[in-house]
Amino acid sequence: MLRFLVRRVLGAAVILVLISFVTYLLFFALPSDPALLSCGKNCNPQNLALIHKNLGLDKPIPVQWWNYVVGIFAGRHLPLGNCPAPCFGLSFNNDTSVWSLLKDRYPTTLSLAIGGSVTFLVIGVGLGLISAWKQGSVFDRVASSISLLGQSVQIYFIGPLAIYLFSVQLGWLDRGHDPDWTSDPVGSLTGLVLPCLIMSVIFWSNYSRQTRSLMVEQLSEEHVRTARAKGMGSKYVFFRYALRGAMGPIVTIFGIDLGSVFGGAIITEATFGLHGLGNLAVSAVLQSDLPLEMGVMLVGATSIVFFNILIDACYAFIDPRIRLA
Amino acid sequence: MTTLTKPDTSSAPQDPAGDAPFLSVRDLYVRFATEDGTVKAVDGLSFDLERGETLGIVGESGSGKSVTNLAILGLHNPRNTTITGEILLDGQELTGASQRTLERLRGNKMAMIFQDSLTALSPYYTVGRQIAEPFMKHTGASRREARARAIEMLAKVGIPQPQTRVDDYPHQFSGGMRQRAMIALALVCDPALLIADEPTTALDVTVQAQVLDLLKDLQQETGTAIILITHDLGVIANTADKVVVMYAGRAVERGTTREILKEPQHPYAWGLLGSIPRLTASVDVPLAPIPGSPPSLLNPPSGCPFHTRCAFTATVGGDRCSTERPQLPDGRGSACHLTAEQKRDIFIEQIQPRLR
Repeated sequence: MLRFLVRRVLGAAVILVLISFVTYLLFFALPSDPALLSCGKNCNPQNLALIHKNLGLDKPIPVQWWNYVVGIFAGRHLPLGNCPAPCFGLSFNNDTSVWSLLKDRYPTTLSLAIGGSVTFLVIGVGLGLISAWKQGSVFDRVASSISLLGQSVQIYFIGPLAIYLFSVQLGWLDRGHDPDWTSDPVGSLTGLVLPCLIMSVIFWSNYSRQTRSLMVEQLSEEHVRTARAKGMGSKYVFFRYALRGAMGPIVTIFGIDLGSVFGGAIITEATFGLHGLGNLAVSAVLQSDLPLEMGVMLVGATSIVFFNILIDACYAFIDPRIRLA
Repeated sequence: MTTLTKPDTSSAPQDPAGDAPFLSVRDLYVRFATEDGTVKAVDGLSFDLERGETLGIVGESGSGKSVTNLAILGLHNPRNTTITGEILLDGQELTGASQRTLERLRGNKMAMIFQDSLTALSPYYTVGRQIAEPFMKHTGASRREARARAIEMLAKVGIPQPQTRVDDYPHQFSGGMRQRAMIALALVCDPALLIADEPTTALDVTVQAQVLDLLKDLQQETGTAIILITHDLGVIANTADKVVVMYAGRAVERGTTREILKEPQHPYAWGLLGSIPRLTASVDVPLAPIPGSPPSLLNPPSGCPFHTRCAFTATVGGDRCSTERPQLPDGRGSACHLTAEQKRDIFIEQIQPRLR
């Protein structure tokens, strides 16, 4: 297990280095010159060169990239100010540290991604399990139509409707606000309920349908029949044998969906007016704030890579045949 | 003066291990509802089995062998399966019994060994746990006791170093060892009835013999009644006491193993015997397979279901074979319209020479 993890972490490090290099190339080698923005209306070549120097844009791109990567771990001294590790550079826009912006916004996105995932896994897999247990029943049919409905709506469409209905009209749920886990954990949790629910809606149907069909398939497996032949009760067989077999594929699907989960979290925070990485990224792009863009990009990529490793570890935990391979 | 009293019928069904057989299957019908119609998988099957006896059920794929035994254990899918008839295990009616009743019997009084131990054992749990589970459920043993029992069973079926192998997963076992573990699993609660569904089909020939010997030894030790389902008459020859030959969901011939192998009466049984390759036979003499393929059970042939593949319908004469269903007599006999003399003569003159 340890070897498995070490191998995966090393692989992830290589992936992250590659991602950082490619995004660096893409952003900084683009024809748009960020220095022009800072240069303003009365721009002359001397000013431009000075700005280039201040922003560190005068060096060759590989060197810039190398300095950037070293800075993440060691910090660096930039012409415009000191940038302690982890240094993702200073925002072109207002010279604040990119890291402090990220640190500010990341918890919201992460909370949404995790909260939303837990919500849709519980609801989606739960619906699928009940449908598989009561195959062909009214519940089975209603559940599949409802989840189909869920898949055909959009977060930014049902989000405002849900806010209007559940928090404005009925007053049942918080309309959603940025979490602050250290000072107000309970408020953070209640503030996330509605956003997480709305975000989860688009994922339900896939998980309930997949879970249902995986369970139906598993229930006809021979090892499940053996468990029944041993006299084990039907609930025991359903959860210990059939669900155990269905869990691997469900986790795999979740791994594939990780990117969409972060995407969904970003759309959700925009819909609910939360301050996460999403609107940070949007403003960074609109202002050609390259260090900020890079920072958001890298934090997002690192998150996805990290959760992928976590999922692989889960998978190895679920299936002993993988653990030992 | 004598008073005649009516026999008390109300207490009659509880026959206390008297002359009633241990397992009695009477007029069993198993039907599956499918999109294309009703599949008559088992069509009026009857047989008896005593404790300590081995019954071989022989037939091609789709002849209803496995379905019969899944029905005994109640493992069929209740959604699309109808079962009628009587299955009496030690006086207890199993058709129509509640799931709860069946769950208490399964793995306990009656157990099953499946064909492919790789798919029949769960890949997610250790062998030891899978063996221990039914023991805990049926005897109320603690986890520790059940584990000790699992080790004991693994040792009994000849797994080396059972103390360490008990924590292995099925994929860490070889095919033969997995089938032994499967046997250990089935026998963990000392079942009175063991159904072995093609227990050696997925194994190497050398391992097959070992597994069959193991089953025989364990039977002598515990007095378990065994139903051995197979398509391989060679397996039957060494292990079974009596045999039912099944074709298209019906029993077509019944007898002791010796009778079935030495003086088979039904043309289908002749065909089965003729299909066995013999090491002593000349390499140039081709096998004599049964022509055609098993009939569809959605729409079985009229009359004798074997008439479409039978070479002797002309000997019977007329269209009797295709119109009239031959009955299987109780005890030794076959469901065929040929007369006893015809059967004997045909077997001695035409079939036997080919079997040498």
